[in-house]
Amino acid sequence: MGSITLKKVSKSFGDVEVIPPLDLEINDGEFVVFVGPSGCGKSTLLRLIAGLEDLTSGAIEIDGSDATDATPAKRGLAMVFQSYALYPHMSVRKNINFPLKMAGMDPAEANKRIDAAAKVLNLTDYLDRRPGQLSGGQRQRVAIGRAIVREPSAFLFDEPLSNLDAALRVNMRLEICDLHKTLATTMIYVTHDQVEAMTMADKIVVLHDGYIEQVGSPLELYESPVNKFVAGFIGSPKMNFVSGASAKKRDADSIGIRPEHLTVSADAGEWEGIVGVSEHLGSDTFLHVKLSDGSMINVRASGELKAAYGQKIFLSPQEDKVHRFDAQGLTI
Amino acid sequence: MATQQSRSAARLMMAPAVILLLGWMLVPLTMTLWFSFRKYLPLRGGDLGWAGFDNYTRFIGSSAFWPSVQATLVIVGGVLIITIVLGIILALLLDQPMWGQGIVRILVIAPFFVMPTVSALVWKNMFMDPVNGLFAYVWKFFGATPVEWLSQASMQSIVMIVSWQWLPFATLILLTAVQSLDSEQLEAAEMDGASFMSRFWYLILPHLARAITIVVLIQTIFLLSIFAEIFVTTGGAFGTKTLSYLIFQRVLESQNVGLGSAGGVYAIILANIVAIFLMRIVGKNLDA
Repeated sequence: MGSITLKKVSKSFGDVEVIPPLDLEINDGEFVVFVGPSGCGKSTLLRLIAGLEDLTSGAIEIDGSDATDATPAKRGLAMVFQSYALYPHMSVRKNINFPLKMAGMDPAEANKRIDAAAKVLNLTDYLDRRPGQLSGGQRQRVAIGRAIVREPSAFLFDEPLSNLDAALRVNMRLEICDLHKTLATTMIYVTHDQVEAMTMADKIVVLHDGYIEQVGSPLELYESPVNKFVAGFIGSPKMNFVSGASAKKRDADSIGIRPEHLTVSADAGEWEGIVGVSEHLGSDTFLHVKLSDGSMINVRASGELKAAYGQKIFLSPQEDKVHRFDAQGLTI
Repeated sequence: MATQQSRSAARLMMAPAVILLLGWMLVPLTMTLWFSFRKYLPLRGGDLGWAGFDNYTRFIGSSAFWPSVQATLVIVGGVLIITIVLGIILALLLDQPMWGQGIVRILVIAPFFVMPTVSALVWKNMFMDPVNGLFAYVWKFFGATPVEWLSQASMQSIVMIVSWQWLPFATLILLTAVQSLDSEQLEAAEMDGASFMSRFWYLILPHLARAITIVVLIQTIFLLSIFAEIFVTTGGAFGTKTLSYLIFQRVLESQNVGLGSAGGVYAIILANIVAIFLMRIVGKNLDA
């Protein structure tokens, strides 16, 4: 249970085609992350799977049976919304109980499940509170609790962490990963944050203008992006793109090199540049280097490197880590 | 407003408004109380001195008193139920996207802009007239005998007219409340397997609680004192004499200001009893 197949799924709002026909296979138990810049159609795709939007064409299969016209409730999926969408006038217990009550479950069994979920999510002390009395992270957990008591065949997350502060986000990220390992249920997770995608996913789906650019494991996408968009989107800081003579030399229209694959030298190298702002993080140092032709290059150097503003340095790419792209932006 | 200085400045600046409002309320109240203890018959000798509690006992002892209280409460209750039930339905319908939304919304609100006297006249002559009224035509078309609305079903007719006037107000307030409901909550409930009725019962209705409270409180204040609709249609006959209409009759038709003022004091007491009941029932919705 928990496999989802999209066949030639497309969605238009009026004349605007948001999602051109696309195929996607999601296996049982996988943690799939839809990632892309805002407006790329990733949330729409999730809502199509949830059944909150109607397909314009194509078909959705869940566990091998056609679910294209099934109502959201019939699909056996649970969703965690960006705004958590908790019911404000109900206590935490009633919130979590709501899907069970709608399913007509026996109250004793329902209470057992609620208590179990509350224990997993550290909500036991808050069961009688209202959502308004909880912090952001606790509300997030209630929303997850409401999803897990139903024991759905798959979980859908719509940017669930974007309303949390940075520290809490890292914690919740780990908790969701943990939850995925314990429940071993399919999870589909939408985010615009590629760090979340890289850290959580078994499989990343990179979307751009409704098209699937690439599907693969985090490291596959990092090591062998199929085109310039994926190369630039995955990885932080962003990959540097260089065209001109150094690209010509490598038989490409342009080349890309990640900031961590550049060698810094004080006296010799392929490119010569002036150090602009340098960010010292302790473990790493990020240098913003202005090359002689005016383009900017980000460098990730070791934390010990001391570089002064305006200092002249030389950079050379590690030859085996250079990505080459043709005029259409596809990887050669 | 943390400091001593800003607090006293605030008091000083609020003073004119507070004093004006207090005067606005206190002067008529004191005059009503004063006249209610006087024997004051403008066309039969004027102010004839103190009357003690005579006016009070006469007003409450009149055979018209309790029926008028009942009529008042029936009208208030009937109109509240109709406007809130229909108001919720209309608000939910108007919230749906549709063609010509703006115009439809304006049309729905339109009855509220019609003066009570005018709308009562329109209803009386154009709809409810047993000979020329629209309803009479409909009844005749189906071969039925036209209903003489204002005499045979006088109370229902007045409740209908007043409901028609107040429905836009209820709809408008409830519509804004419906629109403020987070759509993700409804979607979450949909995913949780809630049918439309359960979504309405568990999500929409609790969300509307505060708006309903406001509609109930405001409408009650105005409905307790409706007058024009009764004056224009039945003239207080056929069991439609409300407390405020009874007071009007005592003061102007019987030319007995003292007796009417005593009735006014009873009306204040009735309004307060209703208000206390309402606050008990729905007031807690205004907290938090």
